[in-house]
Amino acid sequence: MIEFSEIIKLAFKSIKRNKGRTVLTALGIIIGVASVILLTSLGQGLQQYVTDQFESLGANSIYVLPGRIGGDGGQISFGQGPPNFAGSKLTLNHVDELSRYGGPIKAAAAEIDMPALVSYRSESKYTTIAGISSQWGQIVNVQVDEGRDLRDSDNDSRRKVAILGQTIISDLFGSTNPLGKNISIADERFEVIGIIKEIGTQSIGLDINNFVAIPITVSQQIFGQDSVQNIMVQARSKDEVQDAQDTTERILLRDLKEEDFSVVDSSSLLETINNILGVLTAALGGIAAISLVVGGVGIMNIMLVSVTERTREIGLRKAVGAKQSDILIQFIIEAVTLSVFGGGIGVLIGWGGSILINQFFPAVVTMWSVILAFGVSAAVGIVFGVAPAIRASRLDPIEALRYE
Amino acid sequence: MDSVIEIQNVNKTYSMGEVKVNALININLSIKSGEFVAIIGPSGSGKSTLMHIIGLLDRPTSGKVSLQGKSVSELESDELASLRNIHIGFVFQQFNLLPRTTAVDNVCLPLLYAGVNASEREERARKALVSVGLGDRFDHTPTQLSGGQQQRVAIARALINNPTLILADEPTGNLDSKSGREIMKFLSDLNNKGNTIVLVTHEPDIAKGAKRTIEIRDGEIVADKLNGKKHD
Repeated sequence: MIEFSEIIKLAFKSIKRNKGRTVLTALGIIIGVASVILLTSLGQGLQQYVTDQFESLGANSIYVLPGRIGGDGGQISFGQGPPNFAGSKLTLNHVDELSRYGGPIKAAAAEIDMPALVSYRSESKYTTIAGISSQWGQIVNVQVDEGRDLRDSDNDSRRKVAILGQTIISDLFGSTNPLGKNISIADERFEVIGIIKEIGTQSIGLDINNFVAIPITVSQQIFGQDSVQNIMVQARSKDEVQDAQDTTERILLRDLKEEDFSVVDSSSLLETINNILGVLTAALGGIAAISLVVGGVGIMNIMLVSVTERTREIGLRKAVGAKQSDILIQFIIEAVTLSVFGGGIGVLIGWGGSILINQFFPAVVTMWSVILAFGVSAAVGIVFGVAPAIRASRLDPIEALRYE
Repeated sequence: MDSVIEIQNVNKTYSMGEVKVNALININLSIKSGEFVAIIGPSGSGKSTLMHIIGLLDRPTSGKVSLQGKSVSELESDELASLRNIHIGFVFQQFNLLPRTTAVDNVCLPLLYAGVNASEREERARKALVSVGLGDRFDHTPTQLSGGQQQRVAIARALINNPTLILADEPTGNLDSKSGREIMKFLSDLNNKGNTIVLVTHEPDIAKGAKRTIEIRDGEIVADKLNGKKHD
């Protein structure tokens, strides 16, 4: 039997002799591998993005949402409609009670989000106006860079003041210093008292850099609501999240009925969303994997054609001394080389494509998807190359030489 | 002189469904080292089957085939492949060169399966090509060569392993008469240098180029002549 390295060289020569066919055959594998990597990296990117969002909100947060969400307490389930803010029975008194309670609860804050037009002189922009109570910034990790933060006194006296994110400031003010200037929100005048520190990742549902925060009492006044949209509770530590959740529920039940609110901790919410995204990623990868198998069938097809086309070559090789195993290995290596070559290009395209997409949309290339896609493509080459190779190795040299 | 190939009481029968075809009937034949033998006969006479048995490509249904005194009739196909690689050089009517492959790589082929390393293969292939007068055609592919040149590449390939026996199956069948004469001259020269050659042809004119002629008809040897005289 001849040396393995010689057979590999032989396979390369044969593939090089048929460049056009090689590229077309490998195309199936290229597309398969590239799409497996691309689609899983999109799914993975989405998952990581959501996780980052939650982490930026603080992993120890608990959400109190108005109304009953899902059947069993605490577990959020989708498809039962959005929480109803208009009917919210959560109030600032509840927030006060929670934040004063202490124990496992480190802080509590309420929020009301409303889209509204913000304008300064001739510039105006639609954005989210968040009415927040004083501990909100601490929980969500929003800090004021210049000027001052909203204070309890602002809420108590319903002062019309606002803190703004970096993007909205540059949109409205350009290079003018916004501090002390008056802006108009929903036809009311507000004084800009603080600038929010720029942050890279975006908070869930809110673009902090595009964010306008005002005292929640003012929001209630403007929008004619006595209730709040949701309450965020921060546990003292990760270990106390469950405790804080139970405490929150107990405190609220003194005043409210079970169907009036839901308590959801961020990790169970994150888990649910991640489960959904995980299934999505697997499904996308599965669909892409089908194209990988189709690519493998393409290789088998070409290898079978190649065996027929090269019958005389096989006959000659056997006549001059090639053993069955020499022919078998040569054809398997050719198929594997085709699929590995295709797989390699597919990895490059998938990886490069993911990096490109990541400029617009979160995409994270995972090592396991690269290894899996490449491994499967090589395996496909072996699996689909074996049948033609066996056929080639069993050809009778006399018959093969006579083949027209 | 030593016998290269010894064939004793060889029969070859093919079954075609119900019908049995006796391709070779009780063949006895000995080819000695340094001989130039032509096997002649019309198509269907069994000369191809005989050639396949001499070339170790096929096994007889019964009888004994010996290569340099050793029986080979019972060997497995992979063992026969090894023996072919060492002992037999083939020249075919269709040349059977690998397409889109250079002359050097074509000539190398038997050495590849003999386990010779790449640099030695290449060196020996170049020498063999020079010896058949194709020293300026190393990197030409078959389509860039004339029929006569292609057949010379094939002869270089047959010679490269220094085979015990060169087996030429209608080597001039696909060539014009001038190239055909050249190839025959070439084979004669090789024989004069001591190579043992078996030539299979259906053309009596070509067979005259050999030193001994074996005529086969309906699976049986009907004549075995040396230089026009009866051979015993």
